[in-house]
Amino acid sequence: MVKNKIYLKRRDIVSQIVAYRGNAKIISGLGSPTYDVYNAGDNDSNFYLWGAMGGTAMIGLGVAMANPNLPVIVITGDGEMLMGIGSLATIGVQQPKNLAIITLNNGYYGETGMQKSHTSFGVELNKIAEASNFKKSFLINTNNDFNNLLNYIPPKNGPIFGNIIIDPQNPLRSLPILDGVELKNRFRKSVGLKVL
Amino acid sequence: MKRLKLNTKKELTDTSWENNLFNIIKKHKINFLPYVPDAGHAKLISLSEKDNFIKPIVLTTEEEGIAFSSGAWLGGKKSVLLMQSSGVGNCINMLSILSNCNFPFVTLITMRGEFGEFNSWQVPMGQATQTCLESMGVVVHRASNSTEVENFTDAALYSAFSSDQQIAVLLSQKLIGRKEW
Repeated sequence: MVKNKIYLKRRDIVSQIVAYRGNAKIISGLGSPTYDVYNAGDNDSNFYLWGAMGGTAMIGLGVAMANPNLPVIVITGDGEMLMGIGSLATIGVQQPKNLAIITLNNGYYGETGMQKSHTSFGVELNKIAEASNFKKSFLINTNNDFNNLLNYIPPKNGPIFGNIIIDPQNPLRSLPILDGVELKNRFRKSVGLKVL
Repeated sequence: MKRLKLNTKKELTDTSWENNLFNIIKKHKINFLPYVPDAGHAKLISLSEKDNFIKPIVLTTEEEGIAFSSGAWLGGKKSVLLMQSSGVGNCINMLSILSNCNFPFVTLITMRGEFGEFNSWQVPMGQATQTCLESMGVVVHRASNSTEVENFTDAALYSAFSSDQQIAVLLSQKLIGRKEW
């Protein structure tokens, strides 16, 4: 990482993605991405993960394939994405046009005391997505890079991958509800589905 | 992988359950079959590849299928996860999403490491399969013959998708035959 570099801020990034979401569903990975998405405004069309580490991208794929006309945005961290890294290959096989995977890449496991993740040692997530046949895969360091990514939100010609290098500093936690059944039911209602 | 049928005389020739299982899955209007392959699932996977309604989804590891099934249900579609017993160990933490959110879930698991297994490396996970599933709150039915596999799968699909239950059907190694080496 470059010294004195001005990093993109995670809360600004997520607020802007949320502002551009349109009718997109958002699935957030455990830890800070869940807090960031909630902090940008609670919405029944958000599904916040509090666990199931490594599963966020695949939940996004499931929602996207169930509703090919409904855009789906996965917002997760580098550590969570790394745990489910094979899912990029699985998404590459399915080629969902309506799916974007956004990683907020601070290079650290922020929830557990800021241990360095693989991305601090040169592993480049956007190249893994590119090699997995994503339609577009972006490395995002600057506001210009990020504004270009916003052209692809909500996703229509995906799968899209955004590897956004962010400031490692953690803002205050902003906690959504924990009740998984409630999160499921309100999300399904937002899709127009029945709940038990 | 080829499997050698070494069971009862009836089961040497009786592979009708493979077609019947596909028909049961059709009857319940299952949309997706996420899978990590096994010889015991080969027929189901190849039939779904030719079907206009059911879509097979190849996974890199079994826990992807738990997350995928949950997402598909959030979007209103039904999945059945196909794997072999060795994959259950890969799934354990991901199964927590099913109990936390009470997602409907059905998995069909072909067993290794229990009956006439040559490869001893399959035995530890095969022997632990049922315990691992049950310890994470998944109800387990063990099917040892064609009738059981059809009945248990039909019942599992009905229960899971009518009232958000989590059910595994184990297809015993006696049913699917042992792998030929």
